[in-house]
Amino acid sequence: MTSSRLISGRRYPLAVALLLVAVPLAMVAAVSLGAVDLPAADVWHTVVAHLTTGRRPVDVSGIDDEIIWNSRAPRTVLALVAGAGLAVAGAVLQAVVRNPLADPYVLGVASGASLAAVAVITLGGIVGLGVPGAAFVGACATLALVLLLGSRRGTLAPTRLILAGVALSYLLQGATGYLQLRAQPGQLSGILFWLLGSVSGAGWDDLAVPCAVVVACTAWLTFQGKRLNAMLLGDETAAMLGVAVHRFRLTLLAVSALLTAAVISVAGGIAFVGLIVPHAVRLLAGPDHRRALPLIALGGGLFLVLADLAARTLSPPLELPLGILTAAIGAPFFLWLLRREGPVS
Amino acid sequence: MRVEITDLDLPLGGVAGVGLRVEPGEFVGLIGPNGSGKSTLLRALYRALRPDDGVVLVGGDDVWRSLTARESAGRISVVAQHGGDGFDFTVAELVATGRTPHRTSPSADREIVAAALERVGMTGMAERLYSTLSGGERQRALLARAVAQRGALLVLDEPTNHLDVNAQFELLGLVRSLGVTTLAALHELNLAAAYCDRLYVLEAGRIVAHGSPGDVLTPALLAEVFGVRAHVGVNPLTGRPNLTFAPLKDTFEETGDPR
Repeated sequence: MTSSRLISGRRYPLAVALLLVAVPLAMVAAVSLGAVDLPAADVWHTVVAHLTTGRRPVDVSGIDDEIIWNSRAPRTVLALVAGAGLAVAGAVLQAVVRNPLADPYVLGVASGASLAAVAVITLGGIVGLGVPGAAFVGACATLALVLLLGSRRGTLAPTRLILAGVALSYLLQGATGYLQLRAQPGQLSGILFWLLGSVSGAGWDDLAVPCAVVVACTAWLTFQGKRLNAMLLGDETAAMLGVAVHRFRLTLLAVSALLTAAVISVAGGIAFVGLIVPHAVRLLAGPDHRRALPLIALGGGLFLVLADLAARTLSPPLELPLGILTAAIGAPFFLWLLRREGPVS
Repeated sequence: MRVEITDLDLPLGGVAGVGLRVEPGEFVGLIGPNGSGKSTLLRALYRALRPDDGVVLVGGDDVWRSLTARESAGRISVVAQHGGDGFDFTVAELVATGRTPHRTSPSADREIVAAALERVGMTGMAERLYSTLSGGERQRALLARAVAQRGALLVLDEPTNHLDVNAQFELLGLVRSLGVTTLAALHELNLAAAYCDRLYVLEAGRIVAHGSPGDVLTPALLAEVFGVRAHVGVNPLTGRPNLTFAPLKDTFEETGDPR
């Protein structure tokens, strides 16, 4: 049986081109649609004017400009970056621990970030960190702890890492649950929104770090494609193909944790993107990281932009948490892919 | 490419004080019962298991102390049985992983992969999924990867396991035709006798004999190391040594079977 991939050989550049067109289109749509629908042309003018002159265009009203440039544009950019970052981090972790069920949160990074964020929301900023700063620190501290617990005699066995991550996750989630019980009623919706993930609070100032981290990490990881492919084949095979397995795994864990932390510190624990987008792309385009990672980044971004658009417009005036949407769109799509003819990775 | 292993001690498999040499262009076999340390020894050669002590020189350089992982993988191509179907690589993609240690352009890699597939007669299967191949086809694909890796030393860890007799000949014939310096752990003694220039015999982690197949494969050694009675004749079809075996203790009598 030959491989039954939809995106093979000559169709690959076409797929990249399609995504490169679809992403800006989806972003313009996401900015123009919402509680108030604004013409796509106004959106385009406003964004171009701000990017070129730094001012709003004369033919767009101040209110519309405020909605476009200061509210919807940054959240749409955050959705793009968060989707791309989580999808890439998930893909890398699936290769590093060689487990198809791995996602960006498998090592407990998100639970650590959540606990720190919820602690700041309920107890106030203890060390002068805001919610994003605390979440970032919480994520990094958790990774360090998992690496410490998961290593033995200087080696990091994938299974032990996952077990350490899962165990620590439950512990941290327990602590988060306790803090939730103690929270004031007024703090609960903020906590819930953070735990389920949302890009609604985004302002331009929040975006610099996640943007830089996601772009830099994705580029570096794509450049490591050959060695990532070798890692998929197992430690022994990777070693005989010239990969310094232990050091490379440690680097990959750090990079994917950095990606995850940079995203969730701003957007919260958005579920599902990091699990299904890598699988969907592999099923369509195969497992070669050099080809898959760019598609995974673009696909993850597109997916989350559309999910956020749906979150804002499906049941107005209520805005749904992103996690509900990503699960509702993602799970059926994933199941459809699994039911298609062809192998399961 | 010459291999020189001296006084090698490994943390696993009881391998201790092992020394061996492979001259450029030679096909050397490593034989011994299960658990005698054949695979373990090879792992130290291709940098999967760090030795406690001793020196592994490949092409005159210390694999562990003077070469990086990438440099040593550029010299040593390996065919070994390590699990997994990967994440559903096609044959061409799997063979392309042999290019991991090399920084060559994608188009150059594609040509090298195509040439390697042709070398093992798998050009028509390039787009097949590796996981759907038969055992013999898988081994040929792994050999194609080793060819694409372009190591001047080929290390084989029991490459003929689970292959039918025709596929065994085909694979080792292919290996010989490559003309590359080869060190192979082999299970099947008649194959070792037929294809190897020289043999090393491992028992409980130590080299107990080495030399040409005719010199090494004696009834006395086979009784001592493998615990079997052996008759060493000549294969009438090939003229190579031909071994026939029987249990050391005559269990046939107990079951009443004629001998």
